[in-house]
Amino acid sequence: MKILVCISNVPDTTSKITFTNNNSEFNNAGIQFIINPYDEIALSKAVDLVNGGANGTVTVINVGDVTTEPTIRKALAIGADQAVRINTTPYDAWFVANQIAEYAKAHHFDLILTGQESIDYNGAQVPAMLGELLSIPSVSIAKKLTIEGNEATIEREIEGGKEVLTANLPVVVGTAEGVAEPKIPNMRGIMGARSKPFEIIEPIPVEALTSFSYYETPATRGKVKLIAESDINELVNLLHTEAKVI
Amino acid sequence: MSVLVYIENTEGVLKKSAFEVASYASQIANLQQDQAIAISIGDVSDAELQKLENYGISKVLTVTNDNLKSFVNQVYASIIVAAAQKEQANIVVLSNSFSGKGLAPRVAAKLEAGLVSGAISVPSFNAEVAEMKRTAFSSKAIATVTLTSPIKVITLSPNAFEIEERKTSAQIENFVPEIASTDFGTIVKEIIRATDKISLPEAEIVVSAGRGLKGPENWGMIEELAEVLGAATACSKPVSDAGWRPHAEHVGQTGIVVSPNLYIAIGISGAIQHLAGVSSSKTIVVINKDPEAPFFKVADYGIVGDAFVVVPQLIAALKAYKGN
Ligand SMILES: Cc1cc2nc3c(=O)[nH]c(=O)nc-3n(C[C@H](O)[C@H](O)[C@H](O)COP(=O)(O)OP(=O)(O)OC[C@H]3O[C@@H](n4cnc5c(N)ncnc54)[C@H](O)[C@@H]3O)c2cc1C
Ligand SMILES: Nc1ncnc2c1ncn2[C@@H]1O[C@H](COP(=O)(O)O)[C@@H](O)[C@H]1O
Repeated sequence: MKILVCISNVPDTTSKITFTNNNSEFNNAGIQFIINPYDEIALSKAVDLVNGGANGTVTVINVGDVTTEPTIRKALAIGADQAVRINTTPYDAWFVANQIAEYAKAHHFDLILTGQESIDYNGAQVPAMLGELLSIPSVSIAKKLTIEGNEATIEREIEGGKEVLTANLPVVVGTAEGVAEPKIPNMRGIMGARSKPFEIIEPIPVEALTSFSYYETPATRGKVKLIAESDINELVNLLHTEAKVI
Repeated sequence: MSVLVYIENTEGVLKKSAFEVASYASQIANLQQDQAIAISIGDVSDAELQKLENYGISKVLTVTNDNLKSFVNQVYASIIVAAAQKEQANIVVLSNSFSGKGLAPRVAAKLEAGLVSGAISVPSFNAEVAEMKRTAFSSKAIATVTLTSPIKVITLSPNAFEIEERKTSAQIENFVPEIASTDFGTIVKEIIRATDKISLPEAEIVVSAGRGLKGPENWGMIEELAEVLGAATACSKPVSDAGWRPHAEHVGQTGIVVSPNLYIAIGISGAIQHLAGVSSSKTIVVINKDPEAPFFKVADYGIVGDAFVVVPQLIAALKAYKGN
């Protein structure tokens, strides 16, 4: 089984998010970048599925400039067999999905895994766009994934429940928590990562259709109103008369 | 031209998000001096669809077909695109729901349209260019996004937009698009519904608890509080990691993002990753025994106290209030 795992490079979850250039750009000064946590789940699942190479190979792909390489190396250390970087700024999901689709068309993967969304721009767009561009099924938010022969069984979340569905390979699956336990690279993995194939490809021309022009930080709340433990009725009263939420 | 809006239902009943997106689409149509047209897929009665006329929808395309009873994003996307083409829609609106996330990118890709997901404001237009707001960095920021393609696809964030009544009269039209068998790439085998539960992403009130509750056996009072309030239940990540509660309840940066009217956090410290998923809630109440807990910094109301004492009192007080 040939698996492609799409990796995005995002600010660490503890990052304080600030903007620069008149609030038109994310300020990455001093920010630690990591593999998008959902992509780490996708990668861990892929590594489990190929079972040390006995069942196939895992290729990781990132659309990004040279600064994403430490993140890609970490993916190799976790257990991917080879890496591809498409050398460009990832302008928007349409742009990124087209770049990945171009690569995927040429290499015939049985399974393409992404995260359910990237925690920076939260688009949740790439998995289903990839499915469409490749004319294959896609499931955007999978909580469980099993593969048997040529068939994937996927559990997907729905409002107020879950849905179990099947699809024949090839399929694109956007993974959420529950699909796999994230793996941590060990020393052997880190050493081995250096000698794994790492290809750099130039992008195809695609016009981005959306862009971020301006950022604000959400309005801060006023100071918290503390209510004494002994005065619980006052909380109920405030929720009714002041906040008007009950 | 027109604004097309995809309307979701659960077993024939329109979802709350259906009225949100309908109202949102009709506001956009109003700005554009166009019609807002809805498309519904699956078995929904005309009487149910007629409700959409209270929200500015002037026409409803209804697609009923025995093969479409369960959700297959490829087929649904093809149908929405066929409807968009038939109605010459230049804007397509969907909910940023679980299904919407699987559907909208396919619709956008077929139309070669730009997609803004999780919009929280009505777009403003400057000739062909639309601009609107959405959250980014898991609610740590609000971004203004520009959408430049001639056809535009927008998904609306649940609970972010106030439904507004706008009475029109809607004509209901059977729509029979061609459906390609190759679009049935996924097959639904089973749907498991927790019928007694309020859906977390759509809930107006959420009662959430964390590691401060000590163990799964103590969730009875959380569920009772949720029941009194008609709320959905949620939890912090370590709680679902430990298996005390299902993963589907985990809110935060790596879980579900919620923006209810009221979020009550009990025994949750307020780590940055947790806050990222809940900070756009309109009102936040924090109950924590540690006055230094970071959650108090972003709360509207706080009680410093032991959850095991405070929660039962709160349940009693709410019951008394509801009783009146
Ligand atoms: C990559 C990454 C992603 C993450 N994503 C998420 C996420 O999406 N969502 C999320 O929630 N977390 C996430 N986390 C974890 C997060 O950093 C915190 O560890 C977690 O939110 C803490 O959960 P908690 O508040 O329940 O537990 P704790 O931090 O242990 O807090 C328990 C709180 O309960 C209080 N308490 C104890 N006893 C009582 C009592 N009797 N009555 C009242 N209060 C009491 C304590 O004072 C304390 O404040 C993530 C972490 C990482 C590294
Ligand atoms: N620049 C990128 N390079 C490779 N994969 C990406 C990139 N951006 C997003 N993805 C993948 O697409 C998923 C969804 O991202 P998004 O649509 O941006 O929320 C992510 O979890 C990644 O798996």
